[in-house]
Order: sequence, then structure tokens, then C-alpha cells
Amino acid sequence: MQNPYVPYPVRIDDIEIATEDKSLKTFKFIFLNDGDEEKFSYQAGQFAELSVAGIGEIPIGIASSPVEKGFVKFTVFKAGVVTSHLHNMKVGDIMGLRGPLGNWYPWDLLEGKNILIVGGGFAFTTLRSSIVTMLHPDNRPKFGNIDVVYGARTPGMLLYKDELIEWEKRDDINMHLTIDAPAEGWQYNVGFTPPVTEQKAPQGDDDTYAIVCGPPVMIKFTLPVLEKLGYSHDHIIMSLENRMKCGFGMCGRCGIGKELVCKDGPVFTLDQINQTPREY
Amino acid sequence: MIMKFVKIDKKQWAKGLDTLRKSFRLLGPVKEDTYYSFKELKQGEQPDFSFPNSRLSPKALLFPQSEAIVEYSLDLHEEDHHVMKAIETDTSPRAVLGIRPCDAKAVTLVNLNFDTPEYKDPYWVKALAATTFIGLACDKPKSTCFCTSAGCGPYHEEGLDVLLVDDGQAYSAKILTEKGVAFFKAAGLETVDEDTTLLDRKKEAAEAKITSTIVTGDLKNQNILDLHGAPFWEEVSFACLNCGTCTYTCPTCWCFDLQDEVHGKSGKRFKNWDSCMFPLFTLHTTGHNPRGTKLQRVRQRFMHKLKYFLDKYDQGIMCVGCGRCVNQCPVNIDIRRVCALMNDYKADELACAVQK
Repeated sequence: MQNPYVPYPVRIDDIEIATEDKSLKTFKFIFLNDGDEEKFSYQAGQFAELSVAGIGEIPIGIASSPVEKGFVKFTVFKAGVVTSHLHNMKVGDIMGLRGPLGNWYPWDLLEGKNILIVGGGFAFTTLRSSIVTMLHPDNRPKFGNIDVVYGARTPGMLLYKDELIEWEKRDDINMHLTIDAPAEGWQYNVGFTPPVTEQKAPQGDDDTYAIVCGPPVMIKFTLPVLEKLGYSHDHIIMSLENRMKCGFGMCGRCGIGKELVCKDGPVFTLDQINQTPREY
Repeated sequence: MIMKFVKIDKKQWAKGLDTLRKSFRLLGPVKEDTYYSFKELKQGEQPDFSFPNSRLSPKALLFPQSEAIVEYSLDLHEEDHHVMKAIETDTSPRAVLGIRPCDAKAVTLVNLNFDTPEYKDPYWVKALAATTFIGLACDKPKSTCFCTSAGCGPYHEEGLDVLLVDDGQAYSAKILTEKGVAFFKAAGLETVDEDTTLLDRKKEAAEAKITSTIVTGDLKNQNILDLHGAPFWEEVSFACLNCGTCTYTCPTCWCFDLQDEVHGKSGKRFKNWDSCMFPLFTLHTTGHNPRGTKLQRVRQRFMHKLKYFLDKYDQGIMCVGCGRCVNQCPVNIDIRRVCALMNDYKADELACAVQK
């Protein structure tokens, strides 16, 4: 019997400061035991419990892509007990990883469709995983147009900036990067994510799906924009967060009605979310 | 109808238990102060079958209030420091003597949470597999018992391996499963074929004594969002202290927390009972709390038991009618009344002209 409470042991292989205010760091983990990486076979959109002996656990979306082999990456915002401890850990330290957990963006359903990705702030981790996955030469032919609207307060607060610039140069993905206010040297959009989405995003239709991740205020103003653009509620895909402990549907706290964010989610369509009590 | 039975002379009971101790750890109800608890029975100790029911449900025998599940060393000199390892829990055979039918049925409901096709909680699954449940039929229900209308009953057999019926001088034991067969084999007692007439008659009489009922027939057809938005939650939750007694005493509440505890250079991760009555249960690190008010928390408890569970599993409500929460709530919040409010709720009638 597989024990879902026991994490795979991992070693911190690299730590990268992810934003200019140093509030986010990207951790690269390597599995200590042979075979664990294969057991930790995941899809873009899933999460895992980062588990620190003596401190506790924290559910974080997986930022690396299944097409990237040999490691897994997580970008973590320093906020509470476990994440603050994690930010003080060093390369070489040993910790644990439980997962992969939850569902993922519905890749079977999305095959052959146009994809609009809307992200804000540091909620770009599983979106990065998704983009890297879709852009892989084996996968790119499976999708139509790919549009990405990604906004942050300043250029230095954009996650994965080097990759964003690379994607800007490609012609098989339409990037719409934006920052809140003009900044020196910034050559892309200026303004909040919702209005930039309104100007740049493609019209919604049966063959176009939107994946939206961001802070509540961004979501609040983006959803009406998407509706205006013609995206129906079952074509708007979101990823929810709630306080979690077990991550596999047993401990009871992350429920939104009869659905559990950890096991039935975190990915839901807006249509599904509208049928639940909004307790997230 | 003819069934397999074992007749146990009450005078032979103590001796039988001593024989059983060679094969099983024995657990049963014992009196503590003014209440009863399910405890490990020491050598020579008898379960006290005069108990109405235990104060806390016996769920802790499978799902302890606090259970160490993972351990690790933090000593950097040790080769496997910071590597977390499962703790092997005791899986030796044990028998729970005198569990009431309501609490045994509750085990089958909690099992739906801990033993799923995708994930299994190994601590629960192994403890359940190691346990034989020797139930004791209820002939003297409390005034707050409403099992007969909660998908259960005083002679209900779900979740039991044996049902004991008190027959005056003897216990008449109805064997329900292979585990039950093994139990009496270990006790050295032979089964006999017997008519169920006596059992049926006693069962009818016991059921007739339970006069408190709930009505659940319309819960299934209610809309989750309608019930969630119903106006009665304000009044239902008004007196609630969020003490959590109802969730701790409940045989079907399964929510838990995971916490690390460190002593010196080693530590353990514990699975502890938690409660949806506590604000910390759902508090985000940002300070945002999706169930930050007591109204939201009280609503969550009743919606989970009487609606979400029903819709999710289609196995009835997540309540067996044991009446513990009714008895022990310090402010007299009564699930029977809340169930009636939910079952009979008519969303349309309450909508005002403007909303329509």
C-alpha cells in the first residue's frame, strides 16, 4: 500500500531569486532515490506538498514542465512558517516532496484548440509549466494559436523574465506582457492585466479556451472582460487555492461544497465554480 | 429464518474473554468518573455492558485523536537526516466488544473518506483490517437517539462482525462475517443454527422505543446553493461557541490536521483531530479566511453531514443518529432541528418580489 503521507526525499539543487523584491525564490529539487522521479510523474497544473522535516508542509504549484527531465521546480512566495523557513534553506539541504497532487489543466480537451493564458503577479508558476509543455516540439502541433497575457507591478516582478523575452521572439506564441506603470527600458504593454486582455486577447469561440491564474482582484476584473470577448463559462479554466494539509482529499478543510480543492481541483471551469459555494 | 448463532452463558463470559486474550487485544466500554469510554481491557477486566453509550465515539480506536505517522532525524551526523519515514503502527488483531450499532455503521461512513480508489490512509486501513467488531444491540435507547430515521437502528448490522443480543442469562451472538467466525473459533465456542424469531421480536421492540426522528427524504433534491444561501443559518448559528465538542464527539467526523513535533534532534509528524468549527481550520497565510465567521463554520458542519456527503457518495447522510452532539452541545444546537430546516426549505417561497 502506497503511503501518501510519506514524502519522496529530495535535495535542493539550486535556489534562484525570482523577483526584484526577493519575496519569491525558485527552488530546483533532485530526487535522492532512483525511480522516484518516474513515480512523481505529473501534468502541468498539478501541485505538490513541499515537506520540511520538523517544520511542516506547504502546497505549491509545480513550475517545471513534464518535458523537463531530471528535476522539478517550484517558485515559492515567502509568506508563512514553512515558506519563510524554505527561503532560509541552502543548496544541498534535504527535504521532501509529496505528490503530484490534484488535477491538471484539461490537456485532452485542449488538444486542437486555441489557448489564451492570462496570468498576474506570482500566479504564473503552473502557467509557465503549461507554456513550456505546449511549446515543446512534440506538443506544439497539437494546439492552435497560443496567446499569453501576463502582468506584474514592475518589470522586475515578472517571473521567469528570461524565458518571457525568449518567447516574445518566437512566432508560434503571442506574448502580451504588461506592467502597471511605465518604466525605463520597457518596450511592451503598460496597464493592468484586464484592460490589456481586452485589447490583445483573441475573441472567444467554441475552439478557444482561456486559462486564468492571478490575484483575486485581477480575476475579478478579468472575468467580465472574457465574457465580453465571448468566452463561455465552460471555456474559462481557473486554478483555486485553499488552506490544505493532506493534499489528497482526506483532511477535510479545503472543501468548496462537495468538491475538494486539493483532489477534485485545483483546476475548475468557471461554470463548475459557479455551482459551488464560493468558500475559497 | 435460520442463522448461525453462538450462545454465551453470562457466567462463562469472563472465562471466554481470557481465552480470547491469547489471540486478540480486547477493547470495550469502561466507566470513568461519570461517563464511559472505550479502552483497552486489562487482564481480568470486563467490559461494562450496562453503558448507554460512550461519551466520545469509539472512532479513536481506528483514528486516534493524535497519531504519529512519520518520523525523522535532524542530526546532520546521521546518514539519512531529514529523510521522512513512515511509522509502523500496531496492526495486531484486536476486538472491540460492545460497540453500539450506530458507531459501527459510522465506521463504514468514515471508511469512504480514508479508503478510496485513488488514495488509502494506511494507518486507518490497517487498523480497520485488524479489528473485529463485536456489536451490542441497544434495548434501552436514550431520548436523543434517532438512529432509526438516520439509516441505522438499534440492531443494525452494517460494520459489525458479530451482533450480541442480551437475552437475560445469556448473550445470543449473531455471526455476520468471516471475522466473526474466527472470533468465536478463537474463543473456543461452537456455532449453532438457530431461529431468528427471538432476535426479530427484540429488534422490533427496541426500534419501537426510538421515538425521536428526523426527515431526510427531500435533502437530495435540494439545491446546494439554495441551502447554502438559506436565511436560517443566522439563527441556527447564533448561540454557537465554536467549541468543537460536536465534531470531537461525533462518530462520523474525520477532519484532521498534520503537525510536526521536534524533541532534540529527532521529530515526528502527527495526524491530529481537527474541527471545522475552528477559524484556523481554513485560515489562509494571507489572512483571508473562506469560513471566517461562525455562521460559515456552523453551516459547513451541517451542510457536510446532511447535503455534501449525501450528494457526493449517495450513501445516505453522514449521521447515524447517536445523539451525542445533541446531548453534549453546551448551547443546545440540535441537528434534528437543523435537518428539518434543511429538508423542508423552500427557496422560492422566500424570494421577495424584487429578487424574482
